[in-house]
Amino acid sequence: MPDKHLSSQFDAELNQISTNVMEIGGLVESQIRQAIFALSNFSVEVADDVIVTENRVNALEVEIDREIASVISRRQPTARDLRLLVAMSKTTANLERVGDEAAKIARMVKSIIDGVAPRALPSSDLRVCGELASGLLRKALDSFARLDVQSAVAILREDDLIDKEFDGFVRKLITYMMEDPRTISASLDLLFIAKAIERIGDHSKNIAEFIIYIVKGEDVRHTPLADIEAAMNTSN
Amino acid sequence: MNQQTAIKNAIEVKNLNFFYGKFQGLKNVSMNIAERKVTAFIGPSGCGKSTLLRTLNRMYSLYPGQRAEGEINLYGQNILDKDQDLNLLRARVGMVFQKPTPFPMTIYDNIAFGVRLYESLSDSDMDDRVEWALSKAALWTEVKDKLGQNGLSLSGGQQQRLCIARSVAVKPSVLLLDEPTSALDPISTGKVEELVNELKSEYTIAIVTHNMQQAARVSDFTAYMYLGELIEFGETEQIFFKPTKTATEDYITGRFG
Repeated sequence: MPDKHLSSQFDAELNQISTNVMEIGGLVESQIRQAIFALSNFSVEVADDVIVTENRVNALEVEIDREIASVISRRQPTARDLRLLVAMSKTTANLERVGDEAAKIARMVKSIIDGVAPRALPSSDLRVCGELASGLLRKALDSFARLDVQSAVAILREDDLIDKEFDGFVRKLITYMMEDPRTISASLDLLFIAKAIERIGDHSKNIAEFIIYIVKGEDVRHTPLADIEAAMNTSN
Repeated sequence: MNQQTAIKNAIEVKNLNFFYGKFQGLKNVSMNIAERKVTAFIGPSGCGKSTLLRTLNRMYSLYPGQRAEGEINLYGQNILDKDQDLNLLRARVGMVFQKPTPFPMTIYDNIAFGVRLYESLSDSDMDDRVEWALSKAALWTEVKDKLGQNGLSLSGGQQQRLCIARSVAVKPSVLLLDEPTSALDPISTGKVEELVNELKSEYTIAIVTHNMQQAARVSDFTAYMYLGELIEFGETEQIFFKPTKTATEDYITGRFG
């Protein structure tokens, strides 16, 4: 990711951390896909896989933060290097949370399977939403690897889409629950899953914001999308 | 950051060119040195940062064949003017060098020597001035019981602070520090840096350093120079977090090659 420093060891250390961030990203991305699969196919085995992967994600998070602290203490990074390290630490934290959300979905799926089969409920809507979210995370990781500001801005736009889908889904669930109170328990499970998916979108958005932070040195968190778009266009 | 506009300049350098004989050491440098702030000059060896520092009190005038063109206005007065009194200038713009340069005389006289050149003080006033200067340089408590000892008997870090005290003693308005800690251990370096931070409430300070982290720690403004040119100049926080020029970024992140 970074071009060459005088110290090739420094480059190697930064590359190692980047590789680990990508690895944790790959792990949680597959966790989401598996969780969605488990939901659509009522698969207990796949849901269990998601929960097992969590341990590796947690261990990798700890490892990445240890490496980042080590580089900061020994190299006193500045400018782009410093921003990269800060962003990698925060990105890792966000990815680990995505893993938590995926595990949460997997546990809900198991609880739904254990309960009365609620096949009349709109779980296919959730699959679409889930694929949207995992696609968004994939894009965020790609943009991070390429430090691509334009596609980072596109991700911010797309997260708004997931938020809208979520609102629509909640309205739909409410309708189901009003029509048949026996679906309330399963509907709540689905609601929690939908909330987890919506959170995954938010984490992808955070990662996209860190990409802008690394490249442009601008902290665009809590900034309206229109303002970010305007700023990115003028500063290019 | 809004106080930026309220900052007064002690020195304004305008279109400064400097020549070592035929070699041009500084190329059209223009910058302001803010009053009661610390301005750091960084850049690789031979970039002109020490040359620029040495023009600010015309230290170069000691050497034939070296000349400066342009303007260096110290509180509005161009110090490059031919009729500039150099002794007076160096009392107003003091300098501390890389290697401690105490005079081979007592600690007391190291301080008093410079003062006597410009002022005639009574013995008790001189005692007060020596104590004041040594206190300013955070050295008083360490040497107050051995003022009669030779200055060279002090440790390297103490010698450097003695030199700073000597500069401060003549009450200059500007202090130039040319790599003041590069010959010192980390503890002494820390003391000098702490001193710089305290002195800036009363003095304008310009410091040349090879230690980028030192520039980041002690300065308010940083100038990055390369091959005699001022590449980038701005607030230190901005230079080290988000420099605008790629050349600056490459240098401070260690990509310079």
